[in-house]
Parts: sequence; structure tokens; C-alpha cells
Amino acid sequence: MPEKNYDIFITVGTDQSFDRMVKVVDDWAGNIERQNVFAQIGQTDWKPANIDFANFLSPTAFLEKLVSASIIIGHAGMGTILTALKHQKPILVMPKRASLGEHRNEHQLATARRLLDLDKVEVAFDEDELREKLACLKTITPKNKIGKYASPNLTNAIASFINK
Amino acid sequence: MKPRVLAISSGGGHWVQLLRLRPAFENCKVTFATVSKEYKHEVEDHDFRLVLDSNMDQKFRLFLSLFSVIWIILKERPNTIVSTGAAPGYFAVWFGKLIGKKTVWIDSIANGDELSLSGKRVGAYADLWLTQWKHLEKPGGPTYSGSVLD
Repeated sequence: MPEKNYDIFITVGTDQSFDRMVKVVDDWAGNIERQNVFAQIGQTDWKPANIDFANFLSPTAFLEKLVSASIIIGHAGMGTILTALKHQKPILVMPKRASLGEHRNEHQLATARRLLDLDKVEVAFDEDELREKLACLKTITPKNKIGKYASPNLTNAIASFINK
Repeated sequence: MKPRVLAISSGGGHWVQLLRLRPAFENCKVTFATVSKEYKHEVEDHDFRLVLDSNMDQKFRLFLSLFSVIWIILKERPNTIVSTGAAPGYFAVWFGKLIGKKTVWIDSIANGDELSLSGKRVGAYADLWLTQWKHLEKPGGPTYSGSVLD
């Protein structure tokens, strides 16, 4: 049986689960009978009712799902964001909140705010905003592609230190 | 002789950032070390080592993680240790400095409002101590030389 193609790829990263985000997408997909959504949901007892899912994906499977999707919805983790930008995928992120026990500190909130300022990602800061953005998903377009590697300034600074 | 580099990080975003620094290791014999064997195929042309992951909430695991990092440094004998975090990288930079290695810490770009806890503490042990955000640069370090996002 050929692998099903998914249009929307949801990912919560390898740390804690993020049911608060996935539940909104699951409800939305159920309401409009959207079929082609796949979610990586982390370690959680809850199971989505309307979308296909896995708790975890290998790095290879993660990349395959990301590359074949036309939009990524994820936690505000840098692995997800950098990989989406490198493959020029439109990405909508929702920050995990330490105040809700979803992470160890509020760095995802900082990441989301800073990268929104730099126009690198779309952000939904809470469930209501996520519902609003899901309603107009087509308006989310890819941002500028990033290169394969970090800025030459950074890699040159490290290289010259190593070779000093 | 090519300089020997140990490039070490946790998984997820830390690892993705470490791989984006690869041009920095062009003239080196580099060993990559991280927390899951599933990342091995991404650096097939280099040596690869596993370390035990841990975070600040897991005290005993932190201890084991420290020893897995020390073991690899003693085996690999790098000239320079480079890390993008988190806990295993902190241990590598701390122990590396202790035994006279050159050490580099690139604080994760995820820390845009303030340095991570390990990123702050590691300043005492990192010879090259970098933030990826210009506004977090300070006299006395960390310094800013660009980011993995550019």
C-alpha cells in the first residue's frame, strides 16, 4: 500500500506532548472533515479522533512528512522551525508555555515573539488565535528560505578559533 | 595535523543547530556526539558517538550523563570542544576547560530573551562564548558573530 500523502503536518517535538495545540487542530479537522492531516503528538494518553498520528517519528520519517506537506503547524521549537525554513515550508507555530507545565521555561514564547518580529514564522499565541489562523490557512505563505548552513560570519568565527 | 574537534549537543533543535555549523569544521577531524543513534546517518562521513541525555530535573541522570561525556572526551582527545547545548554540551565544555582543551559554546537561538541557565553558567568555561542574538551581547561576553538563521 502506498504511503498516504498528508497536506498538513503537525509536530510537537521530542520533549513534552502538547495536547492543547493538537486538540484544536483535531477538532478543526473533524468539523470541516479535513482528511489529510498528520500529527506527531509526543508521549500522551490522549488520542486524536479525526487525524492520523504517531507519538514519535524517526528523524528520517520526520523529514519525509515535513517535505511532503504543504504547511507545517508546530510547537515553537527551533528544530522544527529551522527545518521548515530550510525547505521553504510555510510554518505556523504555537509556543509551549512553562506556566501551563508544557516546558521547563518560557523560551518558546521568546522564540515565537522574536521570530515573528523577524518575519520568519506565523504565530498563534493561544488556542483562539490558532482557530483563527486555521480558518484562513491558505493565507500563510512560505517565508524567505534560509541557506543550508549558519551565517558565514558565525562559522568563520568558530573556524578561526579552532585553527588558532 | 588536522585539529581534532568534538562537536556535541542534545537532540532536536540543539542538534539541528550544531549541523548548521558544519562549514566551521571543514579543515578538522570532527567527531559528532549526541543523544540518539537515529542521528548517525546525518553525519555518515564523520565519527559518531552517543552520550546520555539529561536535564536539570533529573539529578541522577545528570550524573550519568556527565560521566558519559567525560568518557568520550578522554577517548577522543579533541583539541577543541564545540557545543550548542544543552546539559551534555555544558558538561563537555566544563570538563574540557578543566583539562586544558579549547572550548566553544554557541547558545541556542531559542534563547532570545535571555541566555539559557547552562548558557549563563558556561561563560566561565567557554573560551569562545557566543549568543545568537545581538541584543544579548555584553562586555565580557557572550559575544555575537551571527546566527544559524541567517
